Amino acid sequence: MNEDIKLSYTVPGDDFTRAGEASAHCKATLKKLGVDPAAIRRVAIALYEGEINLAIHAGGGNIDVTIGDDVCTMHLYDKGPGIPDIPLAMSEGYSTAPDEIRSLGFGAGMGLPNMKKYADTFEISSVVGEGTDIVMTVNI
Amino acid sequence: MKLHELLTTLNATLLTPEADMDIEVHTACGSDMMSDVLAYVKDQAVLLTGLNNPQVVRTADMMDMHCVVFVRGKQPDEQILKLADMRGIAVLTTDLPMFTACGLLYDAGLRGGTHHE
Repeated sequence: MNEDIKLSYTVPGDDFTRAGEASAHCKATLKKLGVDPAAIRRVAIALYEGEINLAIHAGGGNIDVTIGDDVCTMHLYDKGPGIPDIPLAMSEGYSTAPDEIRSLGFGAGMGLPNMKKYADTFEISSVVGEGTDIVMTVNI
Repeated sequence: MKLHELLTTLNATLLTPEADMDIEVHTACGSDMMSDVLAYVKDQAVLLTGLNNPQVVRTADMMDMHCVVFVRGKQPDEQILKLADMRGIAVLTTDLPMFTACGLLYDAGLRGGTHHE
């Protein structure tokens, strides 16, 4: 059994062009480790969607990734506005993103549902005014 | 179809000269909405878009795509091209509008997804 690999990222809230750097780095790390490409893609997409959410909705946040022998665990947390109605936020097509974000190609209301779809486990908790916490795993 | 054939079919300009244009591709998708690309696209190798920002290349990278085609004459900036270059993604620009570009590629043999789940 190998020791877990831990990666930590800070996602800036004021520079949308940098969103995706953490996911790209994590993807490259998994590739170096020789992880199955299909599993890598699921990690990359789920994490990228999460990263975009942190940049768009939360004013930035943090990502901790733990790569174990057979599972990749992603913890995303922020001190943003929080989500008042999680089931509503989880429904496809629901979005609170402003037009400015839509003009950047995001905000179609697919972020959270997509993360859940690509991850093997997905847990979300949120407190309005305090922030949002997501833990998701992908079997690798 | 090889990427260099795609270049001629679309009368496009290659903006990443280092890219391997001998890569064989069979599928493509066209969208200005990266959320939809991430949600619905499966194994498409080419992304056609009129959206012009770094997230286009990042999305293509996450989806393991080989090529991004900017339609309607969009000219990506240096930051976007550098990002693509680092990831081995070919970047093309064509003056054609989206529908025409997709139609020409379909006619030349490229296919897209048939439905979404």
